[in-house]
Amino acid sequence: MLPIAASTYAPRIDLLFWLMVAISGAIILLVTTLLVWFSFKYRRGTKAKRGALMTRFTREVEITWTVATFFTFVFLFWWGASVLVATVPIPRHAMEIHVVAKQWMWKVEHPDGQREIDALHLPLGVPIKLVMTSQDVIHSFFVPAFRVKQDVLPGRYTELNFTPDKVGTFPLYCAEYCGTDHSRMTGGVVVMTPGAYARWSQAQPQGDSLADRGKRLFTQLGCAGCHVNSETVDAPDLFGIYGKPQPMTGGGFKLADESYLRDSIMLPKQDVVAGYAPIMPSYQGVASEEDVVELIAYLKQSGGSTSR
Amino acid sequence: MTVAQPPHETTLLGRDLGEESYLTDGTTLMSWLGTTDHKRIAILYAVGITFFFFLGGAAATLIRLELISPAGRMLTNDEYNRTFTLHGIIMVWFFLVPSIPTTMGNFVLPMCIGAREVAFPRINLFSWYLFVVGGLLTFFALLFGGVDTGWTFYTPFSTNYSNSNVLLAAAGIFVTGFSSIATGINFITTIHMLRAKGMTWMRLPLFAWAMYAVSLVMVLATPVLAITLLLVFVERAFGLPIFDPRFGGDPILFQHLFWFYSHPAVYIMVLPAMGVVSEVIACEARRRVFGYEFMVYAMLMIAVVGFMVWGHHMFVSGESQFANLVFSFLSFVIAVPSAIKVFNWTGTLYRGQIRFSAPMLYALGFVGLFTIGGLTGLFLASVPLDIDLTDTYFVVAHFHYIMVGGSVSAFFAGLHFWWPKITGRLYPERFAQFAAITMFFGFNFTFFPQFILGIEGMPRRYHLYPQQFQALNVTSSLGAVVLAFAYLFPLFYLAWSLFRGERAPNNPWDATGLEWQTRSPPPTRNFDFDPDVRAAPYGYHPEHNAPHEVSQTHEPQTP
Repeated sequence: MLPIAASTYAPRIDLLFWLMVAISGAIILLVTTLLVWFSFKYRRGTKAKRGALMTRFTREVEITWTVATFFTFVFLFWWGASVLVATVPIPRHAMEIHVVAKQWMWKVEHPDGQREIDALHLPLGVPIKLVMTSQDVIHSFFVPAFRVKQDVLPGRYTELNFTPDKVGTFPLYCAEYCGTDHSRMTGGVVVMTPGAYARWSQAQPQGDSLADRGKRLFTQLGCAGCHVNSETVDAPDLFGIYGKPQPMTGGGFKLADESYLRDSIMLPKQDVVAGYAPIMPSYQGVASEEDVVELIAYLKQSGGSTSR
Repeated sequence: MTVAQPPHETTLLGRDLGEESYLTDGTTLMSWLGTTDHKRIAILYAVGITFFFFLGGAAATLIRLELISPAGRMLTNDEYNRTFTLHGIIMVWFFLVPSIPTTMGNFVLPMCIGAREVAFPRINLFSWYLFVVGGLLTFFALLFGGVDTGWTFYTPFSTNYSNSNVLLAAAGIFVTGFSSIATGINFITTIHMLRAKGMTWMRLPLFAWAMYAVSLVMVLATPVLAITLLLVFVERAFGLPIFDPRFGGDPILFQHLFWFYSHPAVYIMVLPAMGVVSEVIACEARRRVFGYEFMVYAMLMIAVVGFMVWGHHMFVSGESQFANLVFSFLSFVIAVPSAIKVFNWTGTLYRGQIRFSAPMLYALGFVGLFTIGGLTGLFLASVPLDIDLTDTYFVVAHFHYIMVGGSVSAFFAGLHFWWPKITGRLYPERFAQFAAITMFFGFNFTFFPQFILGIEGMPRRYHLYPQQFQALNVTSSLGAVVLAFAYLFPLFYLAWSLFRGERAPNNPWDATGLEWQTRSPPPTRNFDFDPDVRAAPYGYHPEHNAPHEVSQTHEPQTP
């Protein structure tokens, strides 16, 4: 019944699923048996014993099944929660792939610059981290074989991590209703052995890596004009800030993660770094979501400062 | 209680209505459209929701026909999207939410607590007009041009991207929301102020408790829906940036607001069903409801905790994992009172004298289907399983088990149970039993395959789907044919009964409730006497009690 399990995470989900099936099956069986048995035994006209029940008895039965149900449900909650908690930490060396969704298409950008549409090629056994955003409405990245699903939101990055552990092509669906061709917004995830993946990767039209493209955009879009050694404009140095907390005007710190960097490009007035005037213009409509992904890749890569 | 028999009257339809009753008190169209009698308003509502039920049902039929083929042969993608949106909006807001409260609630609630009217009769009529106005606005929005957002109106699709009548539909639902609020306020006040002498809180029938609980939820949750739709409206109509991420808005905020109403709304749809089923099972098993007090507290707990679980609709939305775990835990907690209720209904059968009348068959069907719906809800309350199963057909099957298998079955149970009281006529029992059994099988036939579809990974709201899912989709569509027949059949025999059915006695079920101590159909002022309540409800056993000895107005006996 369950689709083929193709990620390291899937067997744990499947075990939880069958546990739930067993417990709810047992409860349904119990209720149905009692319903049918009572309906038969106490149908009108039979000679079954029918006296009143003692109030104390009723009360004790009531308390018993309330407590039993509660503990069963808490146990099920605990099991589910422990499966979830085990998946929260993302492996540090995970391969990061960017996904940009739009009506009605999945656009994928690999770190080395390969691009795909409605397809995602992955090497077997390598932890994957997808960083996803949407150009328009909410979509949802759903690969049943991996037992994963994550909404893809406009104006925000969401992440999904998993490790594929079977070779094959697995269906990819958009699971959040997104308009006319929602049901056509499908694709395939191709998991390949590392050798085959390397060959596939080589065969792709060799573009620049994401970071290289970001570096070019950094100049083209005019970011460098203010953020690199500017005489006239006082703008913060951006290199090496990724992953570090930034002081905010008005107090407090914000972690410079992907979402923060994206917001700083698209909605610069939202979080202004302490000590700087809110003079940066918004790049809404100027930079596409893919451009932003590339810019961020560049900022993440360049650890050292180029300023001064 | 002997009553003077006035001469029989005839109505505008030219038929004999029997002795003087609320039906004979004015027979012109205006006497109906201007009535403040809660019983007549119930009939007005019944006409409205029957229309919407069959409209929504027609859309469902179209959807099932279309899904026979994976390539979708009759409709375009846009037409398909408009069809399921119509189905959802109509069924949720114009059938399920108002169904039991506005018809059986309006009709039976005042009578079963011994009141002669609801607390605010004119607000009651006004609420019907709001329902009609909202219904017409939405009806036109959905049928002429259509809406393609799904019933959930998720932003930014609904505010910035959809090319359909979102504004008009939202306006219609907004207006209809006020009719819910008015009904809720009316019921709460009625139960507080107008109970008959001796009708203490712990003597209230469970149907009255259900109406009380559901009214609390309607009054507290519906305003949030109104605000949410208003925000969508102003963003879409005037470009006021609220949820739009391009201006720093958060589309997820919409989901929080929407589910803060729409999860409690699930309980608006199911609490009344629980009330109806409790009445029917106790009466037809001739047995006190097992654990009456626990039933009351369970309903109140559902009403309260129902407000704290909305986040379980958003486990994959990007909500934090901590929030996910909290909402997951609370969702498991709210399953406990629901489970208690199932056990109590089952326990009520123990040592009973069960009669398998049509209402009882519907009620037993409710218990089974609600149990399946509730237990599959546990799958969706568990975060890791929800991540896999949400937005698939598993969810579709789950909520149809609760809302169609549960609430609609209970609606039919109540409709048949109170039919003799409301119309003064008996319905043909054999036909009704046949319809109940057909409905049960047709329902499972339609929706059980959808659980498997979801587990196999078929996403919901898909017009075109991979070939591998066709067999189960065809099975489901075949089931829908049986189900459609089972829903249409009562329309015919009940219409027949309305005109030709045998006259009903005052208390055909030998039930204990006060509504059964008056005439069928009841007089305009409900009772020809002042009800004086002397006993807890459901004094059905010991078995040798004569019918009048079990009534709530009869001094309880010590066995």
